[in-house]
Amino acid sequence: MNGKRSIFLMSALCFGFAFLYVPIMLVIIYSFNEGKLVTVWAGFSTKWYVELFRDDAMIDAAWNSLRIGLMSATLALAIGTPAGLVMSRFGRFRGRTMFSGMIAAPLVMPDVITGLSLLLLFVTMEQLVGWPAGRGMTTIVIAHTTFCAAYVAVVVQSRLSGMDTSIEEAAMDLGAKPTKIFFLITLPMILPALMAGWLLSFTLSLDDLVISSFVAGPGSTTLPMKVFSSVRLGVSPEINALATLIIIAISVLIIIASILVMRSERQRARQVQEDTGIPG
Amino acid sequence: MSQGANQQDAQICVQTSQPWNDPDGVPFIRFEKVTKKFGDFYAVDDVSLDIYRHELFALLGGSGCGKTTLLRMLAGFEDPTEGKIYIDGVDMANVPPYERPTNMMFQSYALFPHMSVEKNVAFGLHQDGYSKSEIKERVADMLALVQMSKFATRKPHQLSGGQRQRVALARSLVKQPKVLLLDEPLGALDKKLREQTQFELVNIQEKLGTTFVMVTHDQEEAMTMASRIAVMNEGVIKQIGTPFELYEYPNSRFTANFLGQVNLIEGTLVDDDEKYAIIQSDDIGGEIYIDHAVQGHEGTTLWVALRPERLRLCTEKPENTTRNCFAGKVEDIGYLGGLSTYHVRLETGKRIRVSEPNTHRHNEPRYTWDDQVWVTWETGSASVLNQ
Amino acid sequence: MSDIKPTLKQRFDRWMIRHGRVLVIGLPYLWLFLFFLVPFLIVLKISFATAQYAQPPYSALFQWVDEGVNIAINFGNYLFLLSDSLYISAYLNSIRIAAISTVITLLIGYPMAYGIARAKGSTRNLLLMLVILPFWTSFLIRVYAWIGILDREGLINAALMGLHIISEPLIIRQTEVAVYIGIVYTYLPFMILPLYSTLEKMDGSLLEAALDLGCKPWKAFATITLPLSLPGILAGSLLVFIPAVGEFVIPELLGGPNTLMIGRTLWNEFFSNRDWPIASSVAIAMLIFLVVPIMYFQHIQGKTEDPGK
Repeated sequence: MNGKRSIFLMSALCFGFAFLYVPIMLVIIYSFNEGKLVTVWAGFSTKWYVELFRDDAMIDAAWNSLRIGLMSATLALAIGTPAGLVMSRFGRFRGRTMFSGMIAAPLVMPDVITGLSLLLLFVTMEQLVGWPAGRGMTTIVIAHTTFCAAYVAVVVQSRLSGMDTSIEEAAMDLGAKPTKIFFLITLPMILPALMAGWLLSFTLSLDDLVISSFVAGPGSTTLPMKVFSSVRLGVSPEINALATLIIIAISVLIIIASILVMRSERQRARQVQEDTGIPG
Repeated sequence: MSQGANQQDAQICVQTSQPWNDPDGVPFIRFEKVTKKFGDFYAVDDVSLDIYRHELFALLGGSGCGKTTLLRMLAGFEDPTEGKIYIDGVDMANVPPYERPTNMMFQSYALFPHMSVEKNVAFGLHQDGYSKSEIKERVADMLALVQMSKFATRKPHQLSGGQRQRVALARSLVKQPKVLLLDEPLGALDKKLREQTQFELVNIQEKLGTTFVMVTHDQEEAMTMASRIAVMNEGVIKQIGTPFELYEYPNSRFTANFLGQVNLIEGTLVDDDEKYAIIQSDDIGGEIYIDHAVQGHEGTTLWVALRPERLRLCTEKPENTTRNCFAGKVEDIGYLGGLSTYHVRLETGKRIRVSEPNTHRHNEPRYTWDDQVWVTWETGSASVLNQ
Repeated sequence: MSDIKPTLKQRFDRWMIRHGRVLVIGLPYLWLFLFFLVPFLIVLKISFATAQYAQPPYSALFQWVDEGVNIAINFGNYLFLLSDSLYISAYLNSIRIAAISTVITLLIGYPMAYGIARAKGSTRNLLLMLVILPFWTSFLIRVYAWIGILDREGLINAALMGLHIISEPLIIRQTEVAVYIGIVYTYLPFMILPLYSTLEKMDGSLLEAALDLGCKPWKAFATITLPLSLPGILAGSLLVFIPAVGEFVIPELLGGPNTLMIGRTLWNEFFSNRDWPIASSVAIAMLIFLVVPIMYFQHIQGKTEDPGK
């Protein structure tokens, strides 16, 4: 009945995934190319990886990025979690519309605008209160925290709105105070969302070029900024090697995370099945 | 309905009220050795079934028994793995759902949320390219039939459950399908509304003369509405018959249990004559006398099915008969208003359920907890089951 | 209530119950207010200033002069934007490129999202993960990957010339086509995910009902599936369109010197010309154009997450 349709959908999926993955695959393949030219395969070699690890500026930039990522993701969690909680559990309050606007807008705001506006804020603040003095890691962390917090808020909010409020009400009914409910009931329930939010923030921070470029100062060059300045000139095999490392690291992380999630879900499903004796 | 054909159909309906008993009767819908597998799971297993014109046929069973799969194969949403399905003599293999002479009322009603009531009902007619004026007229007629004319411009989310159900019915009937398929048509309604709607559905069916095939898990609903019922379990039809036949002459413990309440007593056939049979039962602690031949080998295990309302309780051992009379103690009483049910623990430990109508208002309950009673029944009330 | 003096802990608990709510709202509110909203006001302010060779390189808007505030609003930046065709064409270009890319992304993303939504259990999870995975890997690297493919000496030209289909290398990189490819490629997951979630939530029996009522499959898709997936189409399109208008990296790396986009213009004004007021007015002008789609995005975002509606 739907043979033609499934053939169409199948080819759309195949084309789409080829489109998504072939370029990445090519980067990985050519990172092992002996020669410097993209189009000519000169034999297998890992020399570009060796080059990469000898590039001190690149390594420094990578450390900067990792440190910024860790700090921004953690701060974003601290600010985004209450924001998500407020959006899904606090009902109406004065200024809610503006609040939800400030959470939704960073998700789509063009980076150049966010970057410019934050830089101007930092300059103004320095003039008025003397802090932050100059620009560097601190300003990058603040900037990244701001847009990452919006992502965390959305992740937490969608997890919470998929959850039954009666669990929290039951805790309240049994005599738990609001703060206690949050730490004993709500927090454990949204833990997967918090982990996802943190990971998302970390990678977004690691990935950001435009905003960092605006608010960075001397000595706070991040990895994307370094990469950008070298790829502006064209393809570089060293960057291929770096790209491969990043792609592999992130893929492994994501695959492990999703296998863990899937396994715990399957285990839970099996347990429910055993407990109730109902076959799936 | 102004169509002449429909009026003719309705007359035929009156002439042969039980076409399934007519050897010359031509089935309108025919399942021929139909099997449906999902992976290794047999959802429907070698089912053959005939449904006649103008019937209100119910497929009855618990969840996962294959009744919905059978209905969906009729609608064309699933293809049988094996076997054939005929509607009005036409093989339905390779006929897509949108060309079948069937329409379906979905369990969820599946009303298009972005269309008004009117548009929903008109949808099917639009597909067949009727003129605007005709569509308008037929939609109006149909909405009047289900008493929803007032709500024609509303969107589905502005309607109550009962109103949605009526719109769904109107939408599936407006194309005058040869067969209307109903998937748990009243499942989403509350009890009071359900009872009322049951009769309305039957009235509409009688008015239009359309063949209805209905899926339900609610035995009461099936009994009230259907001309015939097929009881299904694990992809197999256990028994087909009128509500009366199924209730009074179940062919298996499954059917007996599924329709109404029943006491099942296990025993061994010890004597089988032309006119009577005796079943020795350790379950109940004695012999059970049956007033007809059982036609089984002596020594086979059988079950005697007794409906609670066919049993009688008495405080004294009845004198006129020694047959089918067992002593016990009242353990539980359930007062249901119209009747009371008593759970009697026999000396063997077997619990028997007896229900008695409460015919008078001022009478105290006749029995109370721990009363010594005798359970007895008329010999004709028992049915004997061999499976 | 009672005469017994409450302990410190009880006092704290009571205080928390009364003020905890404000505290929980306050922290994210203040942060976002200070670091998201206030900056825009500052950008607005500076867009009315004049450029100066100073630190910071713009004039003050408010000056305390003799017991009064002297406000020096300078509309010159905006007039300059309007008078110079470079800015106008950069705007129109950005909108055109973003719009065309959004449509292409939708055309590629819709069948994919539909296919994933129709797939069964474990396959569906796998496909979904395959869509999300590139989204987690570096944006910059994904854009970079196309340089090697589209370049004059890139893989496409090498392949085509190797097969003797063309004799002269095609110029793909440094054209608008390359920018389209880059945007579609990097933003495709943003289109697929919201589409998938509306398509997946859709009641399958609606489509069956349409078929049952005599509707042919393609028509059922057009009259039922498509209109019902409109929220997903809108959300996905806005998620692609809005950031694409202000995109900097893709036109910079894949586009040619003639591919003017407003994000790139802003970057150049700021980093190359060091004209902060002009950069600010470019940002404000972009924001004015984007404010309607952004508010609309927020509206539908709120609608999908509010279970009450």
